[in-house]
Amino acid sequence: MNLNLKKESLRKVNETLQSIDRKSNKKIFKISNPDGNHAICAGLKDEIEVTIDGHTGYYCAGMNMNANIIVNGNVGTGVAENMMSGTVHVKGNASQSAGATAHGGTLIIDGDTSSRCGISMKGIDIIVKGSVGHMSAFMAQSGNLVICGDAGDALGDSIYEANIFIKGKVKSLGADCEEKKMNKKDQNILRSLLKKASINESEIKNFKMYGSARKLYNLNIDNVSEY
Amino acid sequence: MCGIVGIYLKNKKYNSQLGKFLTGMMNSMATRGPDSAGFAIYSSEKKKKYKYSVCSNTDQVKEISKKLSKHVKDIKVKSISDHLIIETALKPKKFIEILKNHEELSLVGYGSCIQIFKQVGNPKDVVKNFSLEKFSGSHAIGHTRMATESAITTDGSHPYSTGEDECLVHNGSLSNHNNLRRSLQKKGIEIKSMNDTEVAAGYISNGLSDKKSLKETLLDGLKELDGFYTFISGTKNGMAIVRDEIACKPAVIAETKDYVAIASEFQAMAHLPNVNSAKIFEPEPGKVYSWGK
Repeated sequence: MNLNLKKESLRKVNETLQSIDRKSNKKIFKISNPDGNHAICAGLKDEIEVTIDGHTGYYCAGMNMNANIIVNGNVGTGVAENMMSGTVHVKGNASQSAGATAHGGTLIIDGDTSSRCGISMKGIDIIVKGSVGHMSAFMAQSGNLVICGDAGDALGDSIYEANIFIKGKVKSLGADCEEKKMNKKDQNILRSLLKKASINESEIKNFKMYGSARKLYNLNIDNVSEY
Repeated sequence: MCGIVGIYLKNKKYNSQLGKFLTGMMNSMATRGPDSAGFAIYSSEKKKKYKYSVCSNTDQVKEISKKLSKHVKDIKVKSISDHLIIETALKPKKFIEILKNHEELSLVGYGSCIQIFKQVGNPKDVVKNFSLEKFSGSHAIGHTRMATESAITTDGSHPYSTGEDECLVHNGSLSNHNNLRRSLQKKGIEIKSMNDTEVAAGYISNGLSDKKSLKETLLDGLKELDGFYTFISGTKNGMAIVRDEIACKPAVIAETKDYVAIASEFQAMAHLPNVNSAKIFEPEPGKVYSWGK
C-alpha cells in the first residue's frame, strides 16, 4: 500500500499505520514525500514493514513496537527514540539523539550520527556503520552500541551497564567510561549484531569494547567537598 | 526555539527565485518561531549607491521623502509594508546622523547590497506583507523568532545588523551579553537593544573592522561568546554558519552544485530544487563553515 504525504496528512498516514486490521494481509507499506516531516511512523505496534522514501524530520519511528521500518534517506533528531522492539534501518545519516532512551529493538544506521547517539539507552541495540558525534551513549543503562567509525568527545559519559563496541578512534572518553576486555560472551554479542547489519564477522578482531568503571555508583568520600 | 535559514546561490540562474526559495524556508519554520520574523536579502550593488532599510511608524512616505531631501540631494524612497528602502549616494556616517533626527524612523540595516525587513507577527504573514517572493539576489538569511531573551518588538527581531552589509541571525541564547555589550560600546560599536543577538552582531562587526575575516571572527567568538547558539552570519560576499561546542541548537546544510542551503530543520528545504540529491550534513560543533565569492 502506498501512502503519499503530499496527498494525505501526516496524522492520517500515521493513523492508518497504527490501526492495522490484523486479519488483513496488508503488511507492506510505502511512504513517499516525507519532506522532513516530524514523527513519521511514530507509535507503530504491529508486525508490518514500512519503507519511507526520502528524508524525515524529528522522532521518526519513535516508540516503535514490532514494526520493521526502513528509511531511504536521512533522519532528524531522535530517530527510534523510546523504541520497544522491531527494527529501524536508516540508509542515510541520523541527527542527534538517535535511539534515545529506547528499551529494545534494533536500530541500524548506514551513515553517521551526530551528537548523543544512544543517550540514556535502556536495552536497544544500535549499529552505526559510520561515526558518532560527541556525548554518545551518555548515561546509557543497558543494550549495545556498535560504532564502525570514530566517536567524538566524551564517549560513554556516566555510563551504566551498556556495552560500547567501536572500531575507529575515540576522541575522548567521558567520566567513568573505560576500555574492557572482550570475553567470548561479548564477542558473541558483537558477532550477532554485525550479522544483523550485514557486516563481515571477521571484523570482530578490529573492535574494542568500552563500559562502566562503576566508580560513580557510590559516593566517594574523597569528593565530598565537591557537593 | 527559533528557526534560522540561509541560502547562498552558486548558480546565477536561480537569482530571480531567491525570494521564492526563502519564502518557502521561512514558512516551514513558522512553527519554530511564531512571534516575529525577519530576513536580509543581498542583491547586486549599484556603484556609489547605498540602501538604507528603515522601519517606519508612519505611512507618509511622501512627507518623509520631502523631509529627507531637504538634507540630501538625489534620494529615492520606496515603501514596503512598514519599511522604507532609502537609496542615496550619501555615505553611511553622514546619513545615519541625519536619520537620528527623525524619531519616526529606525534604521534596521544598510549597505550597498543588503536590504533588511523585520516585523512582529506570524512569519507567514510577515513574508507576505513584505512580498518576499518577488525579491531576487545572490544570498539571503532569515529568522523566525520564539522570544526568550527580550520583548516581542521589531527591535527584538532578527536579523541584526551592526555594520555595513552585515547581518546575523541566531538560534539560542547568550549568557555574557551584558558585559560584552558594555565593552563593545566602549569601542564605539552601536548596540541599540537589550537583545543578546545584537551583541553578537556587534562582536562580529568589531572583528571585521579589525580586518579579521568573518571566519576568524566567528572562531574567536567560540571562546568569547558564552551560551548556546547556532549563528548564520551574512556579509556582502557570502555567508557563514557556526554552532557552539555543545551543539544543542540544530542545523542542517544541503549543498548542490547550484546552491547551499542552511536551516534549523530539513523540512525547511524540502521544496528546493533537486534537494534530494544534495549533499546533506549537519555542521559539526565548534567549526565554521563559510561560502562566498
